[in-house]
Amino acid sequence: MTNIISDETIEYVGILAKLELSAEEKEQAKSDMGRMLDYIDKLGELDTADVEPMSHVFPVENVFREDVVTNGDERERLLSNAPQEKDGMFVVPKTFE
Amino acid sequence: MNIVDMTATQLSAAIRAGETTAVDAAEAVLAQIKKEDKNYNCYVTVDAEGALAQAKEVQAKIEAGELTGPLAGVPVAVKDNICTEGLLTTCSSKILHNFVPTYTAEAVKNLQKAGAVILGKTNMDEFAMGSTTETSAYGPTKNPRNTDHVPGGSSGGSAAAVAAGECIYAIGSDTGGSIRQPASYCGVVGMKPTYGTVSRYGLIAYGSSLDQIGPLTKDVRDCAAVLEALSSHDAKDSTSVSREDTDFTAALVEDVKGLRIGIPNDYLGEGLDDEVRTAVLQAAAVLEKKGAVVERFDLSLVEYAIPAYYTIAAAEASSNLERFDGIKYGYRTKEYAGLHNMYKKSRSEGFGEEVKRRIMLGSFVLSSGYYDAYYLKALKVKALIKKAFDDAFAKYDLILGPVAPTTAPKLGESLADPIQMYLGDIYTIAVNLAGLPGISVPCGQDSKGLPIGLQLIGDCFQEKKLLRAAYTYQQEVSRHE
Repeated sequence: MTNIISDETIEYVGILAKLELSAEEKEQAKSDMGRMLDYIDKLGELDTADVEPMSHVFPVENVFREDVVTNGDERERLLSNAPQEKDGMFVVPKTFE
Repeated sequence: MNIVDMTATQLSAAIRAGETTAVDAAEAVLAQIKKEDKNYNCYVTVDAEGALAQAKEVQAKIEAGELTGPLAGVPVAVKDNICTEGLLTTCSSKILHNFVPTYTAEAVKNLQKAGAVILGKTNMDEFAMGSTTETSAYGPTKNPRNTDHVPGGSSGGSAAAVAAGECIYAIGSDTGGSIRQPASYCGVVGMKPTYGTVSRYGLIAYGSSLDQIGPLTKDVRDCAAVLEALSSHDAKDSTSVSREDTDFTAALVEDVKGLRIGIPNDYLGEGLDDEVRTAVLQAAAVLEKKGAVVERFDLSLVEYAIPAYYTIAAAEASSNLERFDGIKYGYRTKEYAGLHNMYKKSRSEGFGEEVKRRIMLGSFVLSSGYYDAYYLKALKVKALIKKAFDDAFAKYDLILGPVAPTTAPKLGESLADPIQMYLGDIYTIAVNLAGLPGISVPCGQDSKGLPIGLQLIGDCFQEKKLLRAAYTYQQEVSRHE
């Protein structure tokens, strides 16, 4: 494996990905990501110096529409999916004292 | 003929003729599910009551002459990452174990307008990440052709349900081959349309620039009919394309005279099973005999499609799956200390291994310091791959090859080595990167009796050429059966 993922890197990726890994999962993730990056490094064989990155395959322009509400009030139904709700609002843990 | 063995076209004709009803059809298919699904696990959710209620309504509209099309009264299975109002939609993930959408995906609405009766939601790889339907949080689906084998994935439940007669047709989603490969493994027809043809509104996103909804059917005629119903321009999906040529059933013509078909040498090389190669080349010979001009050529860049795909798809997935945070819907961890800890614990407990693997890879390739080297590089390689296809379609109307290098692997043999599993997507994945349409059509079986799939790939918006060639092939082969 040429890509060695450090403890700091996997810690940082965990923060970005909002995932909490056990010590065992971290080791597995380091090895999995290293192997995958070794594989992805194959892209380096291609000379792309003069190539524009392509995010979309067709020339699509920005799509605009009027900002008008077309659906009805669905508050109750939407909240019915929430793990916790109170007085018509989502409940989250206390974020400041 | 048994209802469960009929195609959508046959069943709707029988209903119109008064030989059966939409209600009888729904009952027959529900009975088949009851009898068979314990063996295959095609469904996460079956909505028997809802299906019968829909069937009654649809039957009344058929009798009133309001519904006359080939899907009127026909029961359909919907992949569990496509939202259905009031009906559990889990993405085969624990994190959405209790999610009941408040709206219906545009593609499903289009089917409902055509008189579809929705039976339930089919099993899949969690969040469509996988090639075997084994990453589902609700247990693997088994291949109805041989239950020791996987049905493929990620739309494995949909493909298996069609093969098992547990629906008349199904819809799935295809991000890197997730319709075509399970169709191939289960011996049914599956199609990924040109990007933008079917609205993604209500499809729970995996790789947004690659995802497309498409049909899984018993034959090419149904495939055209279902795609025709699914397609629409939708202002709610900003990548939706406005097309006027969506009368796909008009392409069901038995004629390939002069059609130029290229077979990439790169699709017949190392790693391809001999029996698959033989079956695919025999299918090409059938089209040649019917008047197509078949040639071999070098497509190039084939081995770069998988690393480019996994970079782009993982990047998009890491962004798309940020919404699952234990607040608005889905799973929330029981014990936590503060908001961030709740996010992290809910996600870590709610997502499965493969999903976490891709979210982490995606977070990494998008992170500052690595963005240019990985993500931007992959987008540049995508441009090169698109150019290789443009060059090919300057010479050929269609590209022909296998769907997958092998037939369905055995259950339990794929997940231990993710990269090896990813390699199985080698012939399907570039099609998504380039936004092209592709179809998988059964072309025989191997010595173990497992189905083999033929893949036809067209240039953007050339679904009709694909359907015409696939239809011609299927008609010709059925005459010799």
